Amino acid sequence: MSSQIPAFIIVVPLLAALVVNIAGWARRSLCFPTAVCALAAAWISTIIVMLRVSREGDIIYRMAGWDPPWGISWHIDHLNALILILIATVALINIVATRSTAAQEFPDRLGIFYCLYLLFVTGVMGIVITGDVFNLYVLLEIASLSGYALLGMGGSRASVSSLNYLFMGTIGASLYLFGTGYLYIATGSLNMVDIASILPTLENISLIKVSFVLCLVGLFMKMAFFPLHTWLPNAYSHAPGPSASLIAPLTTKVMLYVMIRVALTIYQPDFAFSQMALQDIVVWLAVIAIISGSILAWKQDRLKRMLAYIIVVEVGYMAGGFWLGNQTGVTGAVLHIVNDAMMTLCLFLTAGAIASRINADAFKHLQGLFRRMPFTMTAFMVAALSIIGVPPTCGFFSKWYLLSGGIEAGHYEFTAALIISSLINVLLFFRVVEISYYEPFDNHQENEQQGIQEASLDMLLPLLATAGLLIVLGFYAHSLVTWIIEPAVSSLFTGSL
Amino acid sequence: MIPIVSVKPLIAVLVSLAVIPVLISARKPNVREAWTFAAAFGKFAIVASMVPAVMAGRTLEFSITTLFAGIAFKLEVDAFGLLFALVSSFLWIVTSAYSIGYMRGLDEHSQTRYFCYFAAALSATIGVAFSANLLTMYIFYEILSLSTYPLVTHHQDREARSSGRRYLLYIMVGSIGLVLPAMVIVYLLAGTLDFAAGGLLAGSLSAVPALFLLLMFVFGFSKAAIMPVHAWLPAAMVAPTPVSALLHAVAVVKVGVFCVFRVITEIFGPGMLHDFGYGPLLCAIAAVTILVSSFIALSQDNLKRRLAFSTIGQLSYIVLGAALLTQSGMAGGMLHIAMHAFGKITLFFCAGAIVVATGVKNISEMTGIGKQMPATMGAFFIGSLSVIGLPPCGGFISKWHLAIGTIEADQLIMLAVLLLSSLLNAAYFLPVVYRAFFCTESESLFANQIKEAPGWCLAPPVLTAVASILLFFYPQPFLGLSRLAVTRILGG
Repeated sequence: MSSQIPAFIIVVPLLAALVVNIAGWARRSLCFPTAVCALAAAWISTIIVMLRVSREGDIIYRMAGWDPPWGISWHIDHLNALILILIATVALINIVATRSTAAQEFPDRLGIFYCLYLLFVTGVMGIVITGDVFNLYVLLEIASLSGYALLGMGGSRASVSSLNYLFMGTIGASLYLFGTGYLYIATGSLNMVDIASILPTLENISLIKVSFVLCLVGLFMKMAFFPLHTWLPNAYSHAPGPSASLIAPLTTKVMLYVMIRVALTIYQPDFAFSQMALQDIVVWLAVIAIISGSILAWKQDRLKRMLAYIIVVEVGYMAGGFWLGNQTGVTGAVLHIVNDAMMTLCLFLTAGAIASRINADAFKHLQGLFRRMPFTMTAFMVAALSIIGVPPTCGFFSKWYLLSGGIEAGHYEFTAALIISSLINVLLFFRVVEISYYEPFDNHQENEQQGIQEASLDMLLPLLATAGLLIVLGFYAHSLVTWIIEPAVSSLFTGSL
Repeated sequence: MIPIVSVKPLIAVLVSLAVIPVLISARKPNVREAWTFAAAFGKFAIVASMVPAVMAGRTLEFSITTLFAGIAFKLEVDAFGLLFALVSSFLWIVTSAYSIGYMRGLDEHSQTRYFCYFAAALSATIGVAFSANLLTMYIFYEILSLSTYPLVTHHQDREARSSGRRYLLYIMVGSIGLVLPAMVIVYLLAGTLDFAAGGLLAGSLSAVPALFLLLMFVFGFSKAAIMPVHAWLPAAMVAPTPVSALLHAVAVVKVGVFCVFRVITEIFGPGMLHDFGYGPLLCAIAAVTILVSSFIALSQDNLKRRLAFSTIGQLSYIVLGAALLTQSGMAGGMLHIAMHAFGKITLFFCAGAIVVATGVKNISEMTGIGKQMPATMGAFFIGSLSVIGLPPCGGFISKWHLAIGTIEADQLIMLAVLLLSSLLNAAYFLPVVYRAFFCTESESLFANQIKEAPGWCLAPPVLTAVASILLFFYPQPFLGLSRLAVTRILGG
């Protein structure tokens, strides 16, 4: 029985998605509890899987007992076990936190919403867990399609933005599919381990190179790597709150994971970093992404749009850190995937909490917010400090690895970009702080009488828990690195998979 | 000797943080202030209880967690840290009393928020004092920057906002833009960030990179207000006066020089700086700040601004002491942390008391104020003497050591700088006192009857003024602690 635990991670949310959909017709009040139970079960499964991986080593799970390369196999090592926990945690916190807003926003479509929610989670979990490049594409489409639908549920503007995202996303996914097609032509296999063992024996390097570049560009598109980010700001800022705070933390991070997996597990570090000679280009692209993303974020006058551009900047951090090509940089990128997912969750939940009270997110409407929503703003501050990279919040620790990785690799421009972006982040967030702390001027007594109008408790508690987690993750960053990320990264570099 | 593993340093750091929930939930101001006092006394008691062990040559340490391979989040109490912690925690008690008088006297808004952030700032200050390595120190340094921001901008008006911007800009650009990368480089070179008596980097760096790193640290810790990164300090005077008194004359700014001191003595080490000849360079930087800020102070009419520029100069005395790289010089620098603190906090308390009693902020409007507020202005006089460095005040002792240090280092120019600066200090402080007491009836702007500020505002400056005098006669334990610390640094 316990050997079947990995299957639960995918099967439970998938089946629950069907149940929830039916419940949406029969008894709407059952949707939320069912979804929460499914996600909690998935979460527990991911923890058990992690424990097993760290105790017994990698888990190879064969679906229905078929052997690869014909059957579908899952390969779980430290890296994807970690990302699985991350996905399950974000999905679980977010579903609890957005219960009331979801009920408010989609009163008659609750079944559909939670069904899509679970399908999306199934999709991204599947992307992470699978050991098969074509399966990955299928699951990518499941996640993306449910993602488009979730983002598009918020009225006409959201639908248009989501449609735009759909076009761009489909192009990205297709490029990835082309890449895997070439891989299949070259190797005759779709299993990652299988391909990895065949690739070094092949003569036709140019075919492999083409497949690599196609996969990479496709993934860049999906992860919103500048300048392929254009779909992201509209899609995330127009989306309904409960969808945005699920998808914004997860999509880009999962795509980064896929990039790491494809580059290091399938093509192997030597090919990806040395033979392709792409490192310098991608690191410079990351520098451009970081700087221009920061500038674009500065130009926004709405909270959610600013946050969306910050995601673009953070993608630059992670992509750049990975392409530094040394263990420190990759460690930083992986740690930042975890941290950034939690920070983004915290920020989007804050945006949701604010929206639940003042129903607007233009900066000028945020006046006096520190007094009206002190707890929400505390969580916001913690997340802001983490994005800036102030210790002891977690953002500092991944930034430290990225900075050292940059220096070790001799990519000083990347280190400089990180520092500059941190400073711009100070400006970005303290602009919001100033507006919500000072104005309106000169009538403190009157303001003090206004009293507190906090978000509802079921939103506030998960939000504060997420903020607390940002600090806990900071203090335990070293443990996380030594127990999980370092084994993961070193096995990626030695290619032991 | 083997360090003592003790949880005391951690409690000393946390005790003021621990009362914050109580402060927030207290319904009556009196209850709230009682808890502030409890925290302040508790903090001082714990810090003071560590004096005997440290005087006996031991250190206390407590490791909390590992941050990176080779860097722990660790507290360690040595003589230098204890000296700074003693000063800050003692003066917090006094300032808490003063805050009550000042904040209630002026009927300020958001007093709960004020007391909470004050407590948080003190936690961070003690954290800096007790840090065992550069990263731990950096963490507390950043917490201090952020917890003082709401204090600086307490009035929440336009002026507060622009001062807050300047404050944050200088401090965050310094800490993120300069100190953070410098720290990463040190870590990559040495594999750790622990303070080491002879200098962590000793022997592992050539001259030019060492210079860059050194300057990144010295200007990056912009709380030390070395010119040209000083402009945030006068701007921060927009804060309520107790904040200026404790934070911008004692805690925050001295955290800055404390960090610079630690970096000079325990990251680079006197040996390396001496070999590369960077001691005189740092002295020159400090000397420029000392003289220029004193000249600017002469021209300030706003009393708090004059005090702020005076502080900028006095902070560089401490940097100068470290940069002399000699026994007396370093001891003088450390002592000056304590001596200047008592003198300057007295002056700020007086400035605040004047505001509470009369609403006057400019020196030109203080003619004859000594007749109305003799005790306040008497304290002001003693505080001035101490900062100028005249006996019978504590400031004399630190300045004496610094002067001897310049001779030991064979830098007579620096001796001249010290003397000239003392003259300038006298030139910008004594006229204030003169104007207050010596004027004709017709010139006086105040009624010839005694009307002091309320007791809560009056007692603290009198107390610290008396303490300044006592420190001249009984400079222990500060003198002993500074000598111990210097012996450790110089490895004798």
